[in-house]
Amino acid sequence: MSAPMVDVRSVHKSFGALEVLKGVDLQVRAGEVTVVLGPSGSGKSTLLRTINHLEKVDQGWISVDGALVGYRRSGDKLYELREREILKQRTRIGFVFQNFNLFPHLTVLENIVEAPVSALKRPRKEATEAARGLLDRVGLADKAGAYPKQLSGGQQQRVAIARALALEPRLLLFDEPTSALDPELVGEVLDVIKDLAHQGTTMIVVTHEIGFAREVADTVVFMDDGRVVEQGSPGDVLDAPRHERTRAFLSKVL
Amino acid sequence: MSSHTLTEVAAPGDPRDAEPPRIVPRRRFGQWTAAGLVLVLLGLAVNSVARNEAFRWDVVGDYFTSAAVLRGLGLTLWLTALVMALGFALGALLAAGRLSANPVLRGVSWGYVWLFRSMPILVQLLFWFNIGALYPTLFGVKTVNLLGPVTVAIIGLTLHEAAYAAEVVRGGILSVDRGQVEAAQALGLSRWRRWWRIVLPQAMRSIVPPAGNMLIGTLKGTSIVSVIAVQDLLYSVQLVYHRTYQVIPLLMVATVWYVIVTSVLSVGQYYVERHYGRGSELAR
Ligand SMILES: Nc1ncnc2c1ncn2[C@@H]1O[C@H](COP(=O)(O)OP(=O)(O)OP(=O)(O)O)[C@@H](O)[C@H]1O
Ligand SMILES: [Mg+2]
Repeated sequence: MSAPMVDVRSVHKSFGALEVLKGVDLQVRAGEVTVVLGPSGSGKSTLLRTINHLEKVDQGWISVDGALVGYRRSGDKLYELREREILKQRTRIGFVFQNFNLFPHLTVLENIVEAPVSALKRPRKEATEAARGLLDRVGLADKAGAYPKQLSGGQQQRVAIARALALEPRLLLFDEPTSALDPELVGEVLDVIKDLAHQGTTMIVVTHEIGFAREVADTVVFMDDGRVVEQGSPGDVLDAPRHERTRAFLSKVL
Repeated sequence: MSSHTLTEVAAPGDPRDAEPPRIVPRRRFGQWTAAGLVLVLLGLAVNSVARNEAFRWDVVGDYFTSAAVLRGLGLTLWLTALVMALGFALGALLAAGRLSANPVLRGVSWGYVWLFRSMPILVQLLFWFNIGALYPTLFGVKTVNLLGPVTVAIIGLTLHEAAYAAEVVRGGILSVDRGQVEAAQALGLSRWRRWWRIVLPQAMRSIVPPAGNMLIGTLKGTSIVSVIAVQDLLYSVQLVYHRTYQVIPLLMVATVWYVIVTSVLSVGQYYVERHYGRGSELAR
């Protein structure tokens, strides 16, 4: 087996006295979709945020595409990278937030073009063309000039996905991408994510959509209380969970 | 349509109606009476001001565009602009210090705002004006030669302005959702770019209204420098009326100029607000 695209090794993270990640291990292979499930407060968001160094880990390490995230190893020590190097790493990891976090003062097109132009130094014209292509791909070709507030939640989240894709990331992280949406808008966003999955994009998706997990995931990971309790194929984890806590959680959400 | 027509129609929204019944708003006699009363009082006041010989509008006209008054107006305008610019530049630094992770910077910024908001501006101006008593020489030069009245006015007003500007800028930055910075970080935008392209334009929406207020306050507040004999608009008209004893007409000259400049600034503020309101529901 080749080296995993994402390698998380015994990661610990505390906020003050509260230990949120208590030694998490997780491997994701290139081209695979991993769905992370777990009760509220179990540390799913925190784990996702450590993968692009929005949170620093206290112990353990994470590598993406063969490079340590946020640190440089020298001997038996890990030295935190400089801001510029961390920013460069982040351009290879797309992040989609629960509440979209589009820039409200910029148009849809400006939202998408911003990072390629300012972080990757792409020519604006080229980036604009690529952005229009991405908008077409998420079904919003006619919304290029709109401001985020003029769009529905589902449309905003699709723009946010296009914005993440504009950096051509090696890995996409989704933190509950449909939780802030009205039920009738969930489908349009999941369809876009499914589409990406079928094209072989490596993704880690935190979600409560069990149907989506069953249909799209290669691996389902169940987290509870800062640990990975169980992982495996959707069939194993969702239909024949081995741990009591997984069973208890699934009985509540299904 | 009078009210008895409505009773003739069988029921509101009767399906046999050719047209739905017309809506007649309630008459608001109280409002009309109040408005009329206020207009009458206003008319009386305007009439008395215009007709009262003591206002001497002819004298107002004579001095309104006199060289001395215009020179004073000029000083008031550039002093206001300079103090606003320097005050907000220093205020932005103080706000950044206050929001930084460094406890020393946070403490110093807080202390500055505390001190300069506590001190009356008049006391501060007099203090700087008499600083020579504390430090007779500065950098080998006599302090009184180094710090003329205009320099003292600039320093005093700027230090005062910066304390307020710091709070206005800090409030603006805090009003920007934390998720905005995170999204920008996740996209790999540099610190400078995050600040300049993402945070500041959004912060401006809540900075502009109080800053507009401060600008107008500063315009009139600069008149305080007349106590240290800086020849601003107010001091210039005072010099005239000390000579001619036409106190009221000359105060009117200054007042009308302050009103004109304030009006222009208010119009400007409207357009600046509209610019930074782009993308927000309220502005469209
Ligand atoms: N910045 C922070 N400071 C302090 N505590 C935090 C911070 N971020 C998260 N926490 C705490 O860490 C714990 C795990 O949070 P996390 O957001 O990772 O949970 P989650 O599994 O994503 O939950 P949810 O399903 O509700 O999103 C929670 O108890 C939360 O209150
Ligand atoms: Mg979460």
